[in-house]
Amino acid sequence: MNSGEQQSSIGRFIERIGHNVVVGIEEIGNGGVMVVESFYWLFFGPRLKQPVRFSAVIVQMVEIGIQAIPLIAMMAGTIGAMMAMQSIYMLRIFGAESQVTYGVAFSVVREFAPLITGILVAGRSGSALAARLGTMKISQEIDALKVMGINPVRFLVVPALLGMIVMVPALTIFNMMVGLLCAGLYINADLGISLAAYSEQIIDILSVGDVIHGVGKSAIFAVLIAMIGVINGASVTGGAEGVGKVTTRAVVQAISAIIVTDMLFAFMATR
Amino acid sequence: MSETKTVIEVENLVTHYGTRKILNDVSMSVAEGEVMVIMGGSGSGKSTLLRYMMALERQTSGTIKLLDQDIAKLNQQEMFNLRKKIGVAFQGGALFSSMTVGENIMLPLYEHAELDIMTMEIMARMKLEVVDLGGFENLMPAELSGGMIKRAAFARAVVMDPKLLFCDEPSAGLDPVVASALDDLILKLRDAMGMTVVVVTHELESVFKIADRITVLDRGEILFIGTVDELRNHPSERIQNLLNRRAEDDAIDPDEYLSRLTGEPKTGSATL
Repeated sequence: MNSGEQQSSIGRFIERIGHNVVVGIEEIGNGGVMVVESFYWLFFGPRLKQPVRFSAVIVQMVEIGIQAIPLIAMMAGTIGAMMAMQSIYMLRIFGAESQVTYGVAFSVVREFAPLITGILVAGRSGSALAARLGTMKISQEIDALKVMGINPVRFLVVPALLGMIVMVPALTIFNMMVGLLCAGLYINADLGISLAAYSEQIIDILSVGDVIHGVGKSAIFAVLIAMIGVINGASVTGGAEGVGKVTTRAVVQAISAIIVTDMLFAFMATR
Repeated sequence: MSETKTVIEVENLVTHYGTRKILNDVSMSVAEGEVMVIMGGSGSGKSTLLRYMMALERQTSGTIKLLDQDIAKLNQQEMFNLRKKIGVAFQGGALFSSMTVGENIMLPLYEHAELDIMTMEIMARMKLEVVDLGGFENLMPAELSGGMIKRAAFARAVVMDPKLLFCDEPSAGLDPVVASALDDLILKLRDAMGMTVVVVTHELESVFKIADRITVLDRGEILFIGTVDELRNHPSERIQNLLNRRAEDDAIDPDEYLSRLTGEPKTGSATL
């Protein structure tokens, strides 16, 4: 490769990075605008005689929340028991296994319940949202809404966003309870600590602030999952293959965003 | 004799997609009660023109007036009110797959008309009868054939009794019998409901059957506007080639055509 070709390939590489940065900033901007627009329709829609359909919100809540309960229960129980196993194994080195409740309570409530719930909802419902909107876009259903005078954000985005904001924190609380219960059952079997004593310990250890920390960040995860799903679904091009691509992209971006946000939360909460 | 009222007026329309010019100085008008057919080859800009007429895009320059209203100057509420007077039958039907046929037809009524649910159901059934789909209201779109989907799309497009009806390639992908039936349906809707109809198509049989006037687009510019007879007798070689379905040597520059097809950004606009 001569120096001219090398320079031009470097130029193309830098151009591609620049293009991706611009597209990324544009997507974040569009996401922000869509959140603002969603709340606009939620609060001002009834005044404009274009209210958000409550039945559509319920449908979304059932799909995002109720139908995810078995999966969340299984994963929460497994991770709760696993946390107890690992904590007991590690604390036994110091002869402090009776303190296992501390590790389990904080880990499950502040970290694992919101994180695992967010990741599962992103994989299950965030991808479905991106695929549904992408399919609607390529089959001109979004255009059909526009020409009927129906705002697509009001009709499609607000129910999904509201469904997420209500159900992801609700699933997180459910995840906390199942995770702590399964951890308690294992601790009871392994260390002989009764469930009543374990429950009392949990109540003593945890503050309302710990629960708010976990539930609060799950609400932020909910907004991230919804907006990433919507933005990817809306950016689809190229037919069925394009829908597949944006669906994968939505899941990867949502999980990445959740983990990075979680890290930022952990950093700020431990200062 | 009373002068015919113009209900669609396009003046000096110029549109771009990125840096590419798609429509160049397009001017045309459609009179009340008229069936205007827009035709042209692939990549000529006919579907783009329709999208701008339906106010789905904002033009670079020029004006589009629908029912005497400049669509670029309308605020959200005025556009919302104008939309109630427009019906659109999309190429693929664009029925919502999660709703039944009846729910699809009722959706515009549900959103715009302050009627009780029973009245809306009756109105939806009546429109389905008009398009010969009576009794199909409880089926899902996936259970319908291609021709039925298009007819259901027509029923949804006219459920609010619009003044303007836009149809994008109504007979594309259908067998000649079903395509002819759809042409009859367009004329029936125009005559029964007094609508002005704009149809984009490249099916010559349909053009000659339904058109009162025809607009021919070529590479983003207007090549011809006139009646069916004027089109048939037009001396232009390009038009005669189009009518006789002959490819012109210089009609399509392969590079230009490819750039038209592939020049879209790899990711869409990420807005709904």
